[in-house]
Amino acid sequence: MQNVLEMSGICKSFPGVRALHNVSFSLRKGEVHALMGENGAGKSTLIKVITGVYEKDTGQILVEGKALHFRSPQEAQNFGIGAVYQEIMLCPNLTVAENLFIGRGQHALVNWKRMKEQAAHLLHSLDIPARPTQQLSSCSLAVQQMIAIARAIDMNCRILILDEPTSSLDEEEVQKLFRLMRELKARGVGIIFVTHFLDQVYEISDRITVLRNGEFIGEYEAASLPQFELVSKMMGKALDDVSQIKKEQPLSNQRGIPVYEAVGLSSTAGIKPFNFTIHKGEVNGFIGLLGSGRSEAARAIYAADKVISGEVKVNGKKVKIREPLHAMKLGIGYLPEDRKSDGIIADLSVRENIILALQVLKGFFKPFSRKQAELFAEEYIKSLNIKTASTSTPVKSLSGGNQQKVIIARWLLTHPEYLILDEPTRGIDVGTKVEIQKLVLKLAREGVSITFISSEIEEMLRTCSRLIVMKDREIAGELSGEDVTERDIMYVIAGGGTQP
Amino acid sequence: MNKMKIWNYQAFLPLLVLAVLILINLLKGADYFSISIINGAIYGNIPNILFGASELVILAIGMTLVTSSSGGQDISVGVAATITSSVFVRVVLNAHEVTLMTVVGAFLVSCLVGIAIGAFNGTLVAIFNVQPMVATLILFTAGRSIAFLIDGRLSPILANRITNQIGSVIPGVPVQTPILLTVVFIILFSILLKITNLKLYAQCVGINQKAARLNGINPVIVKLLTYIILGVCSAVAGFIAVTKAGRHDSVNLLRFVEMDAILAVAIGGNALSGGKFSITGSVIGAYTIEVLNRTLLRLEVGTETIKAFKAVFIIILMILASPVARGTAAKAVQWIRARCTGIVRLPASEKAEASEGSEVDLSVEKEV
Amino acid sequence: MAFSIKRILTVFVLLLAVTGLVVAAPLIKVGIVNLPPEESGYRQANVEDMNTVFSKANGYDARQTNTGDNSEQIAAAMGYIRDGVDYLLISAANASGWDTVLQSAKKAGVIVFLFDRLIQTDPSNYQAALVSDMAAEGEMAVNWLLSQKLPYYNVILIRGQLGSAAELGRSAAVLKARDAGKLKIVADGTGGDSWSLEEARKVVEAAIAAGKDFNVIYAENDGMAQGAVQALDAAGITHGKNGKVKIIGFDFNRFALRNVQAGYWDCDVQCSPRQAAEISSWIKAHQNGKPLPKGIIYQKEMLVDTTTITDEIILKMGINADPGKGVITR
Repeated sequence: MQNVLEMSGICKSFPGVRALHNVSFSLRKGEVHALMGENGAGKSTLIKVITGVYEKDTGQILVEGKALHFRSPQEAQNFGIGAVYQEIMLCPNLTVAENLFIGRGQHALVNWKRMKEQAAHLLHSLDIPARPTQQLSSCSLAVQQMIAIARAIDMNCRILILDEPTSSLDEEEVQKLFRLMRELKARGVGIIFVTHFLDQVYEISDRITVLRNGEFIGEYEAASLPQFELVSKMMGKALDDVSQIKKEQPLSNQRGIPVYEAVGLSSTAGIKPFNFTIHKGEVNGFIGLLGSGRSEAARAIYAADKVISGEVKVNGKKVKIREPLHAMKLGIGYLPEDRKSDGIIADLSVRENIILALQVLKGFFKPFSRKQAELFAEEYIKSLNIKTASTSTPVKSLSGGNQQKVIIARWLLTHPEYLILDEPTRGIDVGTKVEIQKLVLKLAREGVSITFISSEIEEMLRTCSRLIVMKDREIAGELSGEDVTERDIMYVIAGGGTQP
Repeated sequence: MNKMKIWNYQAFLPLLVLAVLILINLLKGADYFSISIINGAIYGNIPNILFGASELVILAIGMTLVTSSSGGQDISVGVAATITSSVFVRVVLNAHEVTLMTVVGAFLVSCLVGIAIGAFNGTLVAIFNVQPMVATLILFTAGRSIAFLIDGRLSPILANRITNQIGSVIPGVPVQTPILLTVVFIILFSILLKITNLKLYAQCVGINQKAARLNGINPVIVKLLTYIILGVCSAVAGFIAVTKAGRHDSVNLLRFVEMDAILAVAIGGNALSGGKFSITGSVIGAYTIEVLNRTLLRLEVGTETIKAFKAVFIIILMILASPVARGTAAKAVQWIRARCTGIVRLPASEKAEASEGSEVDLSVEKEV
Repeated sequence: MAFSIKRILTVFVLLLAVTGLVVAAPLIKVGIVNLPPEESGYRQANVEDMNTVFSKANGYDARQTNTGDNSEQIAAAMGYIRDGVDYLLISAANASGWDTVLQSAKKAGVIVFLFDRLIQTDPSNYQAALVSDMAAEGEMAVNWLLSQKLPYYNVILIRGQLGSAAELGRSAAVLKARDAGKLKIVADGTGGDSWSLEEARKVVEAAIAAGKDFNVIYAENDGMAQGAVQALDAAGITHGKNGKVKIIGFDFNRFALRNVQAGYWDCDVQCSPRQAAEISSWIKAHQNGKPLPKGIIYQKEMLVDTTTITDEIILKMGINADPGKGVITR
């Protein structure tokens, strides 16, 4: 079969970072080719090189056999390369027809009638359930996604890149999208499909290319690559040489009343009903790929998203946790995944950020004195080794790791019984990472229960005594014991259930 | 480091501007600060300024809170004050006899009306997520007609001794009553900020609503509360304005005051997009506007050109208060200090940028 | 069953109404396009006056539209013309944009009177306009002032909204007298677009602070005069009948008239919102075959001072609430 796109030896570096190193990629006419890899593997960079957002440092790109070098997305588009991203980049307050055609830049004057007719034709031919005159925002997300695709392919598209197109769609909508993809495939369009959902990869893809740490791992026929192997390739541990990692953490064997216990918990964020328990002094973790529901599960426990079902017991007593404040009052603390948007109050001082949770718990009418607040702040700045000019420095001017420590300090100050840490070590330097891991274990020894979430399996293995594996927004399995290995985890993620 | 603090202090620039204005006034005549006792009360430029700015100061305080929590401004404050004061007048005039009790009672009723108005605006903003300016536009448009109807279609007269003394001077008290009321209000308000977490909560909600919620703060209630407090501020301002005027003119009472109140917040160095705030800054801002108006009169700027002069002055003021100008000023001081002492200390902001830089590198790595 | 009874009743009532109309003398159909009463105390009195004069009892079938929106006013006027009114009375929100209305009225044979506010158009496009003569009001006040035989005339002029008809007219008289050397303007300020009491107070306070010697306050409306007097009181400067500073206000607010009556102020000039009676007399005469007046007609207005003021004037000619005899509004 003819290759519509052929890339070889692609390298791309940013100051201090080697983003792509000697990567190859090929796309046939009329195939769906999944591009797989964990966060930071280089998928986005590769796509940006294809679409001309970034210029490659070295390497060759052949489009239909011709060597090309795109300097801008516009150039790539003119050659029939269209891209649709996770966030729909259309104008919600314009009509469907306008979204399909406006901004193509050919004509200053618009023939509205013709545009509408063309739009109707296009929508019909792709079987998209929308009217040309309908306002875009009145369409469902899936339809909007399809319109974005329709817009891309109408530019005589030969290569279509879909970057996480399904992450905000429900199953039915995903199926609609897949129908459209098959239709395009039949017309000979080559599709590059980026997703975190493994099942979807296998449902629609013909071939799979795996990247890891900016390097090309391999290109495989989907039919001949078991899910299990795919996961191990993405995570970078060949099945055979996964060595056991010695855990520093002693397993807590005394199992009294669970500190927290949930049955059938689910939230509006799309996490399916799950059961979950954590005991005193236990460190457990949600593990899974991005989008697997690991953060959503944590948020459901803390009621950060609206809880829609489930029975919850704290220390054996039945409770209702409807909003974060309820959880806080029951001794639960939560460090959110996105530090900038959910964690820090950027403009406020380190002091105010540290005392915030305890202050809220104490009450609206009982503010801490300035002196008391200073004492608290100084205590934790010292004990967590937070690097800041003073307690009054705005927290936004601290480095990422120190901001993270401020939020940890905020929760430690409340002396929680149960602490949920979602990606506490993401984007921070190695030294701080180790400090935080040690802190988690220390807290556990002191009797605090901790749920730990991280994208790094090794870190999880080192800190957690029990791992709850998430997949497609539900619990896929649970692993515990000293002999848990990465291999076991991959098995569960790949959908095999616990390893036989 | 302590001296540096002055430059970072939010109220510094408005104070500087105020000082410049006063200097201009002094150049025009050295008697600017002169004070005399007339009819048993202090009289002079300064008492006149304090007297004239009282409503604006009170409204600017409420406006600051609302700005902080909701990142928008209430343009209906003048109209709200007109409605609350019309209720006040109505209640006073319906009483058989005007005693201090009836006046206080009527004032409390007007405060309730202010609370209701604040709750109305606050509900639109906090629960229905309407843009504050759009939400308050409703009352801004319809409010004066409502006050007109409450007035019974005639501008009623408050010609009685008690309200007259509240609007001017109480015999035996050497300071005009509106000035005293403003001082009392400011004191009560600072006590409110002292004994509650209002400032912390409002700022948290204004800076990062999502994070505030995750820390147990209910953004809806906080926003609602700030609007209700502004409603009370409106009622107090309306009370002072109507006792000053002695009659209720639903058409012109506190007209256009909302723009000055918003301006006071801005001059005070507060971001109109919400978040961190300084009440002191806004209060200074309000007095600055009053001094500016009077300075132009004192300089006998022509009636036709007075508006243009005011506009030019405000433009200069806003540029001075902008982050760019602040940064430059801080750097200039740094430079001078370095020259004087021979020691270069890295200012806090630059240090921040340095550490921010390493953070950026990491995030690039993440994205890749 | 019940339904049909209801129907019969309705028909019966309708019949009664129709015969009633037929039997009574034919009413004169009048359409009034006016501003909303909440616009000002002046307008409130004006709207009320229109309603009282153009009533059924006086032989009119009149309808009034009150809006501050010019396009709504125009739509209402067109509606009245379509409905076949005999006379159309207009007080326009905006001075321009009325030509189509006036043309249609002419075509339909509707007679148009303007009241209170003029329109930018050829006077042949309407029958007559009854308005206040702001310049005459100003002259009346200045003439009164100059007849007071003060040793000198140092005036603080407090203008209204700059460029408004009232401000231009009322200021003109003072400026003319100054140019003729009859008085001096020691301070020239404005109450701004809202004719603001507070602004007027500041103008006078600034003049006092600057040590200006003045003995006349010429405030172009009552509210601003009140603000000016507050500034005098606070500074301990006497005014009114036996005081140093003469106070002149405009508009005949009842509180202002009571202040004049009490000798707290000196003089107030009328700006009458009551045009209905005069226009009605024109219409009645026209019905009896007499000719109508043409062009711009100025209302006869009056000035009162502490000697000429009477309770009757206050009650009949004043606008807005009456504080009551002997009550001073400070």
